[in-house]
Amino acid sequence: MREITLTVNGARHVLEVEPRDLLVHVLRERLSLTGTNVGCDTSSCGACTVLLDGVSAKSCTVLGVQADGAEITTIEGLASAGDLHPVQQAFHDHHALQCGFCTPGMVMAGVSLIDGGEATDRDAIRAGLEGNLCRCTGYHNIVEAVAEAAGVAS
Amino acid sequence: MIPAAFDYEVAESVEHALGLLGSDPDARVLAGGHSLVPALKLRISRPSKLVDIGRLADLAYVRDAGSSIAIGALATHAVVKGDPLLQEHCPIVSTTAGKVGDPQVRHRGTIGGSLAHGDPASDLPTVMLALGAEMVIHGPGGERTVAASDFFTGVFQTAVGHGELLTEIRVPRLGAAGCSYVKYHRRAQDWATVGVAAVVREGAATVVLTNMGGTPLRAAAVEEALAGGASAQDAAAHAADGTEPSSDTAASAEFRRHLARVLTARALTEALA
Amino acid sequence: MSATETRHIGTPLKRKEDDPLLRGRGTYVDNFDLPGTVVMTVVRSPYAHARITSIDTTAAKAAPGVVAVFTGADLRDDWKAAMPCAWPVTEDMKSPEHYPLAVSEVHYQGDGVAVVIADTRAHAIDAAELVDVDYEVLDAVVGVEAAAQAGGTLVHEELGTNVCYVWPLESGAFDEGADVIVKHRYVQPPLIPNAIEPRGVVARPEPGGDVTLWSATQVPHILRLLTAATLGMPETKLRVIAPDVGGGFGSKLDVYAEELLAVALARRLGTPVKWIEERSENALATIHGRDFVTTLELAATKEGKITALRANVVASMGAYLQLVTPGIPLLGAWIYAGPYAIPNYSVTFTGVFTNTTPTDAYRGAGRPEATYVLERTMDLLALELGMDRIELRRKNFITEFPATIASGLTIDNGDYHASLDRLLENLRLDELEAEQQARRDRGDVKQIGIGFSTYNEMCGLAPSRILGAIRYAAGGWETATIRCLPTGTFQVVTGTSPHGQGHETAWSQIVADQLGCDPSEVEVLHGDTSISPYGLDTYGSRSLPVGGAALWSAGEKIIEKAREIVAHQLEVSAEDLDYASGTFTVKGSPDKEMTIKGAAWAAFAAHNLPDGMEPNLEATATYDPPNFSWPGGAHAAVVEVDTETGDARLIRYVAIDDVGTVVNPLIVDGQVHGGITQGIATALYEEAIYDEDGNLANGTLAMYLVPSAAELPSYELDRTESKATDHPFGAKGVGETGTIAAAPAVINAVIDALAHLGVTDIQMPATPERVWRAIEEAKQ
Repeated sequence: MREITLTVNGARHVLEVEPRDLLVHVLRERLSLTGTNVGCDTSSCGACTVLLDGVSAKSCTVLGVQADGAEITTIEGLASAGDLHPVQQAFHDHHALQCGFCTPGMVMAGVSLIDGGEATDRDAIRAGLEGNLCRCTGYHNIVEAVAEAAGVAS
Repeated sequence: MIPAAFDYEVAESVEHALGLLGSDPDARVLAGGHSLVPALKLRISRPSKLVDIGRLADLAYVRDAGSSIAIGALATHAVVKGDPLLQEHCPIVSTTAGKVGDPQVRHRGTIGGSLAHGDPASDLPTVMLALGAEMVIHGPGGERTVAASDFFTGVFQTAVGHGELLTEIRVPRLGAAGCSYVKYHRRAQDWATVGVAAVVREGAATVVLTNMGGTPLRAAAVEEALAGGASAQDAAAHAADGTEPSSDTAASAEFRRHLARVLTARALTEALA
Repeated sequence: MSATETRHIGTPLKRKEDDPLLRGRGTYVDNFDLPGTVVMTVVRSPYAHARITSIDTTAAKAAPGVVAVFTGADLRDDWKAAMPCAWPVTEDMKSPEHYPLAVSEVHYQGDGVAVVIADTRAHAIDAAELVDVDYEVLDAVVGVEAAAQAGGTLVHEELGTNVCYVWPLESGAFDEGADVIVKHRYVQPPLIPNAIEPRGVVARPEPGGDVTLWSATQVPHILRLLTAATLGMPETKLRVIAPDVGGGFGSKLDVYAEELLAVALARRLGTPVKWIEERSENALATIHGRDFVTTLELAATKEGKITALRANVVASMGAYLQLVTPGIPLLGAWIYAGPYAIPNYSVTFTGVFTNTTPTDAYRGAGRPEATYVLERTMDLLALELGMDRIELRRKNFITEFPATIASGLTIDNGDYHASLDRLLENLRLDELEAEQQARRDRGDVKQIGIGFSTYNEMCGLAPSRILGAIRYAAGGWETATIRCLPTGTFQVVTGTSPHGQGHETAWSQIVADQLGCDPSEVEVLHGDTSISPYGLDTYGSRSLPVGGAALWSAGEKIIEKAREIVAHQLEVSAEDLDYASGTFTVKGSPDKEMTIKGAAWAAFAAHNLPDGMEPNLEATATYDPPNFSWPGGAHAAVVEVDTETGDARLIRYVAIDDVGTVVNPLIVDGQVHGGITQGIATALYEEAIYDEDGNLANGTLAMYLVPSAAELPSYELDRTESKATDHPFGAKGVGETGTIAAAPAVINAVIDALAHLGVTDIQMPATPERVWRAIEEAKQ
């Protein structure tokens, strides 16, 4: 076991973890932050995407020990005081979620894309969401939602 | 998707990492982890110990090294993609880094990890071979420099021996040289079915293929045909000569040979433009 | 809906379901962390066909954290019946023995042979590696045509054949002497549904021998019934809850081994048992869809009037019969003629066993398979006749409704010309054809193609009498309860079980219009057999056509009871009351009025009710649909094909659907977007690839190509509307239309892009390699 310190959604946690514990499992099972979902086992689907030191990362492909000292934002930490984050709000406004399972990862990927200045148009948004799979929406409304949150004209 | 248990050590320096690796023949190096962690989760890889070099922040650079540009092994794909020095003087490296995986993978995956992993479907090894890049390897006996042509030795095998670390990659300033990496894949996030790098310097072309064998392959027959005055299109017809690509669910060997020819023509056309 | 003003039906109300899901507060099964939970993992066969010669669990039992290890033999007596198949399609259908764990022989790669129970997931996986199973590997059968041939390897030796059943439907002889006959063979490979949430269950033992089962299921009611039956439990002892479920697409319309195992082991161990499927496990252990080889023949006059259709379908069951495996092909049996009037009709289905993952419902279930071969063959017939493909379709459309079709069913309503007219308008075909011609003239590497699909489908599963006639074990009705609470809010209990379809929102809109409230004043409860004891769940585009109709009927009952209460309170006769949007007014005295909410309070207080009337305003209705519902429409795909690499990409997709009355256009468009995407994926990307030994070669999301946003365009949707006459407010259902229509449109487009090169056929999915080979073969 090793001791790690994570700052998750602004709160500092000191945890004993096994080296093999994946970050997503640390978040879900140790910190009860179950908003971050696991959809695959090959780093393909992006459902587990969180912000790791400010940029998107697949938390199923990061060991908890690798994240020692890191700042992490999960879907639970995105909204401030009741109001949805603009990307969450745009997902709601554009019906960009159905079953909701890919949604946390998709939202975090969208936030990272916008924050990185890469959501410049719809093609760039589509390309930038290449690492996130959704089976319900066909992506159409997800692209519209991210475009709106990014201020891309319709 | 839970790895088999392993020990874990954080390397504080290159020397510390080498010491940790030297003490355990089954230890493996962990950098960004985006090749290794997937293999651990599927239990394809079962190291006894991981030596995490991810905190060696002083290996995450891109800097001017005179005639070459030096890239620290821990520079992420995102850093390499966005680096202005590379974009100006060796753009094939930055654009190819932007074709690896997806944004999340590029945020964490490192150039050194990608090269040292030696995956035949990986893009950056091909580009390094086409550029004639040099790899700096630290080992117990000190530092050595290996040419890209000697670096990729087999499927998932490179010149980095056990107990050694790849620390730096040196790529040339291309100046007026033309270059192109054409990656063919079904989905944006997928590995290359086939890829082709072409670098044209002072009239001489270097053409290297991804996933047409166990390592990146020089398309020597193409280069010779070009040297002999053949057009890009005619030369590209030789792209698959002598290759023995694998057949898998993405493509048969026959189709890979066909793609190699098509993509070589495209890469050459772009590099020569 | 004369008495109801539609203020909410038809409006794009944003979903009530979204907020918790957007904040990461979903209740998916893997999020449950009940005290004392132990984790189950299943040891699966690496071979497609093998005899189990021994299983040694000693090392696994001794591993850290292990609670128990059980083999199939250990649990044999826990099952009072075999795993259920609810659809024996013929009297003599062959059905192999199937238990949650194999005992002596495995029949597909992934067949469960043992379970390990441990304190943590990691320990369970560690110990599962230590279960030592010896197998004697047997020859495997892969591919439906090989399986159907007599004399070959058998999947189940004891059945003496690989043929599960032969099911014919014939009405009129095929016209062998017709002017033109086209005949073509189509392969539709197995598909992995890949809901992004894998399956998962938690079973908790309760005092008194009861069990609560949370499952990522589409069918909590069916699951409860059949789990109780399989385990020999009284149904009253089992409560099934479908919490938030992360997509299904038919793959969670089943009763799975792991659900039965979790309940059995929770009872044995006396502690909650949890099992969460891994993605690569899902590729093996959750049902696949499709896997058909079909030969379709059309006979036509030289003027293009189609006179006869004959289909010969060979469909894989996989290794065992899951819940409705044998019936899936039959769900298409009545619609091989699609929206066309074809007088002579004959289809034959042969179900065969193969050593592959069992098949069952995947989005569209039988109807995409029918529509695909028909719409491909329509293009081939047009080619043969030298006739425009649009004109051929128009010439054969059914135009008068109700229409009794040759297969025997009656289509209540539709307007196929209207959809096609709108499609052509929105598509701007002239511009596309000009662009296509210009590229052909220049000999461009990248060519474009335009493909069409005009379709109808039967959904709204299903009239119970018809289900009985085709030997399905249960009915197709649905229930709903409306409770008018004293404070002026409304509680709805529905027997449908949404997992992304937005029933809480849509059902609220319906009640709001019918009973005169705001949708925010309606609460919709679902997915818990203790809250909604009756229901037949969500699949087959049935929820609005059947469940929505049940809700409407319950609302009608509420209005009728309220009318009596209001008449009594206002001291007028019931006949003197007008009703609109929640308010009763007295004819001739419009200032005398009382609302449904007022009646609800009066019914609750019960101070002044008509003599003999029960207090409270609550009604339950069960609706059995008199007919299937019949959506239809016209779709067009525009693709760009790289003729050197074979890569085909969508550049436009234009869809016109007629789904009858639309309750919420946001939700309906979302269903169509998702459906189209799965159809495009079927056409271009997805295929479960087995090697000759029955090993699944691409069982991860890294290799099975579920497309991302980066591979797809935005879609251009529009609608025409012909209301369902058999439905109280005209709704037809929308969940499967996109998937049904899209695959043939896309393949037709790819072939159209290459038509000038002589290409007339490409097997789906049209991978770059298949496209390249088709071009090469056309050059020969």
